[in-house]
Amino acid sequence: MKKVYFKGIALPYFLLLPQIIITGLFFFWPAAQAVRQSFLREDAFGLSSQFVGFENFTDVLSDPTWLDAAFRTLLFSSSVAILALGAALFLAVQADKHIRGADTYKTLLIWPYAVAPAIAAVLWLFMFHPNIGIFGRMLNALGVPWDYKLNGDQAMLLIIFAAAWKQVSYNFIFFLAGLQSIPKAVLEAAAIDGAGPMRRFWTVVFPLLSPTAFFLMVVNLVYAFFDTFGIIHSLTQGGPGKATETLIYRVYTDGVMNLNFGSSAAQSVILMILVIVLTMVQFRYVERKVHY
Amino acid sequence: MLRRTLGKAVLATPLAAPLAAPAFAQSGPIELTFWHGLAQPLGGLLEEIVSQFNASQPRFRITPSFRGSYPETMVAAIAGFRSATAPHIVQMFEVGTGTMMAAGRAIKPLHELLLETGVTIAFDDYLPAVRGYYSLADGRMMAMPFNSSTAVMFYNKDAFRRAGLNPDVAPRTWAEMRAAATRLRAGGIEIPVTTAWPTWTQVEQFSAIHNTPLATLDNGFGGLNAELRINNPLMVRHINTLMEMGRENTFRWGGRDGAGDALFANGSSGMIFASSGARARFVRELPGGVANLGVAMLPYYNDVQGAPINSIIGGAAFWAMNRGPNAARSADENRGIAEFFAYLAQTRVVANWHTATGFLPVTRAAFEQVKATGFYTQNPGADIPIEQLLRGGGQMTGNSRGIRLGGFVEIRTAMQEEMERALQGQQTAQQAMDNSVTRGNVVLRNFERTNRG
Repeated sequence: MKKVYFKGIALPYFLLLPQIIITGLFFFWPAAQAVRQSFLREDAFGLSSQFVGFENFTDVLSDPTWLDAAFRTLLFSSSVAILALGAALFLAVQADKHIRGADTYKTLLIWPYAVAPAIAAVLWLFMFHPNIGIFGRMLNALGVPWDYKLNGDQAMLLIIFAAAWKQVSYNFIFFLAGLQSIPKAVLEAAAIDGAGPMRRFWTVVFPLLSPTAFFLMVVNLVYAFFDTFGIIHSLTQGGPGKATETLIYRVYTDGVMNLNFGSSAAQSVILMILVIVLTMVQFRYVERKVHY
Repeated sequence: MLRRTLGKAVLATPLAAPLAAPAFAQSGPIELTFWHGLAQPLGGLLEEIVSQFNASQPRFRITPSFRGSYPETMVAAIAGFRSATAPHIVQMFEVGTGTMMAAGRAIKPLHELLLETGVTIAFDDYLPAVRGYYSLADGRMMAMPFNSSTAVMFYNKDAFRRAGLNPDVAPRTWAEMRAAATRLRAGGIEIPVTTAWPTWTQVEQFSAIHNTPLATLDNGFGGLNAELRINNPLMVRHINTLMEMGRENTFRWGGRDGAGDALFANGSSGMIFASSGARARFVRELPGGVANLGVAMLPYYNDVQGAPINSIIGGAAFWAMNRGPNAARSADENRGIAEFFAYLAQTRVVANWHTATGFLPVTRAAFEQVKATGFYTQNPGADIPIEQLLRGGGQMTGNSRGIRLGGFVEIRTAMQEEMERALQGQQTAQQAMDNSVTRGNVVLRNFERTNRG
């Protein structure tokens, strides 16, 4: 590979400057604020504040409702990731075949990605609201006691589907691109050797797709962890009870609604550490097992 | 407390004197911002009052802006204050009263504002339940009462007819409620009973009318060290009633906060507990309109000694705010706020708002004026809220004066979550109320700790 050297150090830093400014402004500065805030206890209006050391952290970590939320987040994120990846892979494999109207099919599949999370949630609300939703009413008419406003499991199911639905498009694009980059020769060779379609998929296509799948898994988990706020907020507000309260939603309720800035900041810091560790572990160990 | 008195001494003296002369030298009206939390149609009616005030005088121009629901408006105002962009006036729901009272220099107490500007408002004429809610123990007013409501029961007369019930007689006790609900269910009404603001109507108002404490120290009026008391036998019994009705499909959880209103407005619910201020919406949206809308007082358990007494108020009041931690208002701005408040106290304004919306007539003069016009005979039930506030002789007790607990928004959320879990069958009524008390007391202790200074 050809390497390019710059004379002096001013130019490279100058070229990096926009990125550094953006990262500093939108990541490092708020993160530093969160860290500072996590050691303080303040009244809502910020008129008095008190240094409390690690008290906010010990309070959060010993709060059973927070630990429940952590477990719930794990369940939610992995369900969303598995569902979104599985559905997208299936659809991509179908779209990769020679079918009539493939372009329309692809465009329609990519569409949901352009929908904002809150709008997506409203869409699902209009479908599944027990009283005004089309499917909600239908389920009740069929004798299924559907009421996600009061049934925690149904609420969880609903936000998992809504969140996964929105992510399928994104995964679909990447899987389709991955499928199309698999050399035809390899598949033909396998076919000549007598491998059927299923066998070809599992022994040839799937391993060759694994870099894409790995990348998507990370993206999906991060999405489920952090970008599903809009969906949860519009559909269930974390309820009923705390049945759909994920960690990120909890940060919002405690910080924005309940105005416990210290506790909310401590939770953010814990999340930040969690994400740093997760990312490191993923790249260090999981990536090694992926065939490139 | 010390901080507030000092601030007052420093601010009051130099600003009061030069007030009269230089104000007119300024070109154009003085701009004041006003954030409110009323959705349509109420928000539009409120903004109409503001534009009438603007048209009534040339010196001040108030710009109203809708900031989402009550809790969202509260959060926005607090965030505004922290970034020195707070509005001059904010509409704060009654649950935020405890937080606002303890807000130190974030707010400008109404009695100070009036003293400094020389504007007078006849608070003697305000209903005691309303005045008491927004005043200090010594009677000095902290905020300007405006859209006060109370919880009442609305019922669908057509649904009553279809179920073979007399549409002119509403159930008075919970035993009658359940009987009526069962009849409605049998008559094909999908949701016999639901509720908006579940904790407000089923826990807070319920405790008040049964003269049962919600919290110690007169529900927090006596100090920041109050503790919740909602795991009492009566409260648990009532949650059990709701759970049983839920299992019998005669009670449907309509969602948190005001979400339940929609179930009644679209005609699918037979009875609802809601804010009297929801009347405007129901008159507009309920199939059959005003002729189909029945209003009744909150039901009670008739075996409880002394019940029922008066219900408590809800709704919201207007608070004058400072712009930010280090930014007080000018004398002119305060003058404008005070004059707007005085405008809101006019009998004509109070009476019009009451008849247009279903909120309470907050002054006696307005109530008398509306009564004289024959409004209550033409609109049966419109006087139910005020009668209910005076139920039991109108002698408020420590349990029925109101609620003044810090962080009450969070406590309400905790109660709603515990009620939801109970109604799902995940815990008993006793557990739900015990958990509410435990979680609520944590909030109260944190609030006490951060607001001690």
